[in-house]
Amino acid sequence: MTMEEQPILPLDPVQLPAKAAEFAAEGRRLVQVCATTLPGSFEITYTFEAAGAPGLTSLRVLVPRDRSTVPSITESYFAAFTYENELQDLFGLKVEGLKLDFQGTFYHLARKAPFSEAKPPKEGK
Amino acid sequence: MGTRTVVPFGPQHPVLPEPIHLDLVLEDEKVVEAIPSIGFVHRGLEKLAEKKEFGEMVYVAERICGICSFIHSAAYCQAVEGLMKVEVPPRAQYLRVAWAEMSRVHSHLLWLGLFADSFGFESLFMHSWRLRERLLDVVEATTGGRVIFGSCKVGGVRRDVDAETGRRALQTLAVLEAECREITGVFEKDSTVRRRTVGVGLLSGKDAWSLGAVGPTLRASGVSSDSRSLGGSAYGALDWQPVVETAGDCHARAMVRARELYQSFSLIRQALEKMPAGPVETRVSGSPSGECIVRLEQPRGEVIHYVKGNGTRHLERYRVRTPTFANVPALVHMLAGYQLVDVPVIVLSIDPCISCTER
Amino acid sequence: MGVFSKSPWILHYDASSCNGCDIEVLACLTPLYDVERFGIVNTGNPKHADILLITGAVNEQNLPVVRTLYDQMPSPKAVVAIGACALSGGIFQDCYNVHRGVDSAIPVDVYVPGCAARPEAIIDGVVQALGVLEEKAAAPAGRGEGGKAVAA
Repeated sequence: MTMEEQPILPLDPVQLPAKAAEFAAEGRRLVQVCATTLPGSFEITYTFEAAGAPGLTSLRVLVPRDRSTVPSITESYFAAFTYENELQDLFGLKVEGLKLDFQGTFYHLARKAPFSEAKPPKEGK
Repeated sequence: MGTRTVVPFGPQHPVLPEPIHLDLVLEDEKVVEAIPSIGFVHRGLEKLAEKKEFGEMVYVAERICGICSFIHSAAYCQAVEGLMKVEVPPRAQYLRVAWAEMSRVHSHLLWLGLFADSFGFESLFMHSWRLRERLLDVVEATTGGRVIFGSCKVGGVRRDVDAETGRRALQTLAVLEAECREITGVFEKDSTVRRRTVGVGLLSGKDAWSLGAVGPTLRASGVSSDSRSLGGSAYGALDWQPVVETAGDCHARAMVRARELYQSFSLIRQALEKMPAGPVETRVSGSPSGECIVRLEQPRGEVIHYVKGNGTRHLERYRVRTPTFANVPALVHMLAGYQLVDVPVIVLSIDPCISCTER
Repeated sequence: MGVFSKSPWILHYDASSCNGCDIEVLACLTPLYDVERFGIVNTGNPKHADILLITGAVNEQNLPVVRTLYDQMPSPKAVVAIGACALSGGIFQDCYNVHRGVDSAIPVDVYVPGCAARPEAIIDGVVQALGVLEEKAAAPAGRGEGGKAVAA
């Protein structure tokens, strides 16, 4: 099967809100926000689709573990509040400027920020 | 003008088969704001990718949700196949279309019933579910399962459909299609249905797009967006058009799903009739590396499966963005300004699937 | 079915199920299987219920809810755990947010296996639960509410 084009543009976290505003002005749809826990950092991918054009374009920021904050894109994409609350609840990141902040209560979890560990702690159940 | 009151809606509510919670800020009976909160059925299954091998994760993917089960497994398989450069045999591609469309018919009939229940039309609920059982008979004859098909695997599908089984399936579906006309006619024209749904929960196409809505919620607002148009599986070789309505209200969302029933019947027929002879799976060896996103059209809209492999048997990251998760901001937006009594109908109109959403 | 002469009322609770078993429970109530012809009514109120049907593994969030529902039901009462997840946690038992099977929270009387459990199996489980209710009604006061398991 042929895959659709999926370019990924690396970005400095500081530039994220401006780039999101630019994408919003172009009328792109926010498709998803996905974080991956890497050994020394969190890799966050923001995926967009342009109306009437094929393919998905992603913006990718790397957030070092010792910083763990990322600016919000809810100024341009209000719908990102679900994804950004997920970043806070599951990954233990702090999203700055989040317009609808659940303060860690969007998910009801047995343990805090379960995705913040790169490798799962060995545990017997 | 009254003072503001907050009314909690859910997590257990008679109209909701699943737990979702909304804090409704009301002025008298009018909804001013709705604040969602989720996580009552959160399992954390994405993290299981660290414990289960990529081939075993198909079982987990299928169990993200028991209603949209097959398409989750198909999306996961396509994503892993994309990483591993596996060519899926054409016959398997056609079978995947047939089963995906069967799951759409089952899901839409289930939803039409629940939607009827949300405005108190009990007999319409019962009729929708009665018809759904016929479809489940076809699913059982072709896969062996009812709600969990278990027929998709990395590299193809787990079982073939022989000519006789296929012929009988099409016969049953032809009868079912004729019977469906009767109930979809009620959804379209019945005055009690129209009074509760026309002009309720309006969402403009512009808002739907900018709030990231997907699936029938987006298409009912006049936006022609359907992940099947990407031509994945055998969709590119079949004759179909996305179903679009323009009114953007609860009735339009119901009509998109009602019309999609017939679209799915046609696609199942085309897939089973046109599928070429040949094997239904390829041997897969090695381990996935790299990353890719696959999007398929669930009954509820576009689903995103993101996989990232690091050359081991375990994926580094598996992430699912389900259609209901994407539709929550649109739901919150469309609730504002309507009466408390309309809330159940509007909530149901996005076809919320919470098990999917919370994973 | 002598002592327990009335038709049982059922309470269904979804404890982090994937929906598969839930829609099969719902299918039992709709025209093909139609348990309502036996007078079995699906109630939303635990104080009206005789049999508690639980689908899905108990997670940390709904553990207290499950216990409360069980406590609110009048005796004699029976619990039917439906599907692999309700029995043991199933495929999700290794998930961080999943506790374990339903019997880690409350006593279970009948275990209905399957993923998803079929409507026939669910109806059979409810019929077995009727026998459990009779036994409990016949037992001296204070007994019969233990975790006595009856294989489905």
